[in-house]
Amino acid sequence: MFYREAGDFKTSYKSDQETFPLKLDKVLFWIAMAIAAFVVPFFLNEYWEKAIFLPFFIYALAAIGLNILTGYCGQVSLGTGGFMAVGAYASFKLMTGFPALDMFVVIMIAGLITAGVGVLFGLPSLRIKGFYLAVATLASQFFLVWLFNKWEWTYNYSATGQINSPQRDFLGIVVTGPYTKPWATYLFCLGFLFLFAWIARNLVRGRIGRSWMAIRDMDIAAEIIGVNPLMAKMSAFAISSFFVGVAGALYFAVWLGAAEPTEAFSIDQSFDVLFMIIIGGLGSILGSLIGAAFIVLLPVLFKNVFVGILGIPTDIAEFSQIILVGALIVFFLIKEPHGIVAYWRTLKGKLRLWPFPY
Amino acid sequence: MNEVNETQPTESVHGRTFGAPIMEMKNITMRFGGVIAIQDISFDILEGEIRAIIGPNGAGKSSMLNVINGFYHPQEGEIWFGGKKRSPMKPYQIAYQGIARTFQNIALFKGMSTLDNIMTGRFTHMKKGIVSQAIWKGAAEKEEYENREIVEKVIDFLEIQSIRKTEVGKLPYGLQKRVELGRALAAEPKLLLLDEPMAGMNVEEKEDMSRFILDVNDEFGTTVALIEHDMGVVMDIADRVVVMDYGKKIGDDTPENILKNQAVIDAYLGVAHE
Repeated sequence: MFYREAGDFKTSYKSDQETFPLKLDKVLFWIAMAIAAFVVPFFLNEYWEKAIFLPFFIYALAAIGLNILTGYCGQVSLGTGGFMAVGAYASFKLMTGFPALDMFVVIMIAGLITAGVGVLFGLPSLRIKGFYLAVATLASQFFLVWLFNKWEWTYNYSATGQINSPQRDFLGIVVTGPYTKPWATYLFCLGFLFLFAWIARNLVRGRIGRSWMAIRDMDIAAEIIGVNPLMAKMSAFAISSFFVGVAGALYFAVWLGAAEPTEAFSIDQSFDVLFMIIIGGLGSILGSLIGAAFIVLLPVLFKNVFVGILGIPTDIAEFSQIILVGALIVFFLIKEPHGIVAYWRTLKGKLRLWPFPY
Repeated sequence: MNEVNETQPTESVHGRTFGAPIMEMKNITMRFGGVIAIQDISFDILEGEIRAIIGPNGAGKSSMLNVINGFYHPQEGEIWFGGKKRSPMKPYQIAYQGIARTFQNIALFKGMSTLDNIMTGRFTHMKKGIVSQAIWKGAAEKEEYENREIVEKVIDFLEIQSIRKTEVGKLPYGLQKRVELGRALAAEPKLLLLDEPMAGMNVEEKEDMSRFILDVNDEFGTTVALIEHDMGVVMDIADRVVVMDYGKKIGDDTPENILKNQAVIDAYLGVAHE
């Protein structure tokens, strides 16, 4: 039958802890990945690349990063935009300072730099919790954007204050600058998302992931079973910022190509990523992906359906979209704090027993 | 304090033999501002015994456990563990020394499954670094399954196989207490501290819990120190009992002799004013 666990017996701990416990799930996932990697690039045009796939991949990466910190470790952060800016400016400085460097290396180093900055701004989390920590991270958001506006070295003293990504390549394939091919940037970002989603999944299912969740759920009990709160919180900040920094670097270098801190890395960015994990599902990798897809695709859908098909004026479509997102966030916070992914789990649970639920 | 040495195991009334003291508290005094929670208390816990700490509300029992696992640092006194004087440590460092505990009010990780909660108890035994965990395949995976095997033994022992994958926040109270015990046991502690393991339980659940505590002590040889209010349970399972009242130690003896101790009777029943 369709989508059943029946007959899917687990005989080892390995098979019991698989990412996709159902055989069907696994097969479907790999088919989807194969299509995404080998079929989609041939049919990709610039619109689909710039408006749908790149924003989805990049925001999904940022959402996974924030979910590690907020969803798994319980430390609320409103500094995502600022940390994305760190990743972006780090990659800009690396691209201009070391032109021979491969783009993959550039982005990884940018991630490492962001991780360092994240740890620095994560230090208050050792003393303050919840709401107050959110305000402290909010300070990092404003400080970092201010820094990239005022410190001329960071944008190479350009007259406009903007940063532009020069042409760089990954293994000989051009992935940044004005002459990129849609398939190249698409596969480059997809590769990053796949790699980092896999790493995140590995981290959260093991010892370190459990130490984060332990800190989130009951920090006193976590401490008496050997979790060092300093290490757990700082590692969450570091890894989360690493992900966000990589997302920020891709956001600037590959997707936008040019950025100006006040607009590209504003507080709206921080909120958008936070909305993604609230709507998608706190403490879930799949939830981060769903949330990112939701927030990225909703405006596209509104634009095409309301403006394109129904002929409603653009501004009304835009405002109704903001209202919808706001209402959904309130709805999810009250009714289902675990987000869309919780509905997915419930549905799966029901499917398991269907049609004889008793 | 030094009546016990390593060559001469002490005999208990039940005819059980114990080893050297695993933990010695020497003249512990703990003040919070003007309040003296613990006043000059000394006692020891022998390897392999079940040691009970009893006393009326506010006697300082929980403070004593908090001193043992490092939440409080006493102003005066020495703590000896495993034959060595212990310098002031953080709770997580003490976990690495082999002391595990449960809490009076359940302190489980509510968003995690029973299995994950107990796996977290293996934290001190898992060493693989962040890189090998990110790669997962190989070293980290192997370590995970080795520890999973031990966790499964704990799950079998506590008879909670059926709730392995259930989120603990959704479990009934008695089972949550059991999972919390499981989490402490998974650490394979040398010394297990239980803060009112039977609070709020019905008779059947108390019987189950007593059986688990006795079995842990018997099968794994784990030393147990527990705080409990149910005198019947304490008299049945404890080898020796410390009685505290208003931060002072008023008795330290076998359960049988404690019952005859006038100071203890006074503390529990009150003294007649004539």
